[in-house]
Amino acid sequence: MPIDWIWGLIGGLLIGTGGAIYLLGNGRIMGASGIIGGLVDGSGLDTKWERIVFLLGVAVLPVLLAPFYREVNPHITDNYIILVAAGLLVGVGTRIANGCTSGHGVCGMSRLSIRGFVATCCYIGAGGVGVILFRHILGVI
Amino acid sequence: MLTLVIAFIAGGFFGAGLFVSGMTDTTKVQGWLDVFGAWDPTLAFVMGGAMIPMAVAWLIRRRRTMALNGTPLPPPASTKIDSKLILGSVMFGMGWGLVGLCPGPSIAALSYGGTGLYVFVAAMVTGMVVAPVLRARLDRAVPAE
Repeated sequence: MPIDWIWGLIGGLLIGTGGAIYLLGNGRIMGASGIIGGLVDGSGLDTKWERIVFLLGVAVLPVLLAPFYREVNPHITDNYIILVAAGLLVGVGTRIANGCTSGHGVCGMSRLSIRGFVATCCYIGAGGVGVILFRHILGVI
Repeated sequence: MLTLVIAFIAGGFFGAGLFVSGMTDTTKVQGWLDVFGAWDPTLAFVMGGAMIPMAVAWLIRRRRTMALNGTPLPPPASTKIDSKLILGSVMFGMGWGLVGLCPGPSIAALSYGGTGLYVFVAAMVTGMVVAPVLRARLDRAVPAE
């Protein structure tokens, strides 16, 4: 557990390198919600193969790395009501805000974008309030 | 073809980073958000680490107009703070806190996430499909923006 932050830092460097490659290579801002959202709502179909291949890379690399790990359990709740509610909130929210942790957080804040900072403060604040409310007050998560 | 190779490499780095950092484990994400519980600072290191290569990339962007594949580089960031940015981010944060998943890690965990993850991704995709309708309604409700 104490070395978790080192792996966090290494993972963060890899995430940022991916974003740098996508920006300088393809001229795109690496935002997961924008890449997925553009595919499913039809707004980004002109670049659909670029989006699909990017997502393939995201999904395939963990498969290649997983055998080196003893445990890869993502610890996802089995409460389907909570899963559906959370999925809808994440899907609608990221598209209305035009970004999520990767787009507004990583790519936005690193270019000192005021929208990136405001969005990040809002979703981290709401996430913190959500955990307090649903875990410590209501006890449902 | 170059565009697709770059997209795969960028996605690969992103997926590997999410996996290695532990961001596909919902307990680490909820641990970061849980300031009154067993607080886990890992996410701050992930964010900080990710900023470094990205900031370098934005500095390089200043000297260039085209990406490697010939696409124009993105214009300067918008500075407009509107109700959609705030409302959407608050909704996203609530969902993120509830389950501990955001869009990137939900894709990175597809191969081993199990049924719960598929339910989450299906609901997230549904939300993304209906979002443009809600966004248009918000635009009509607040025409001044």
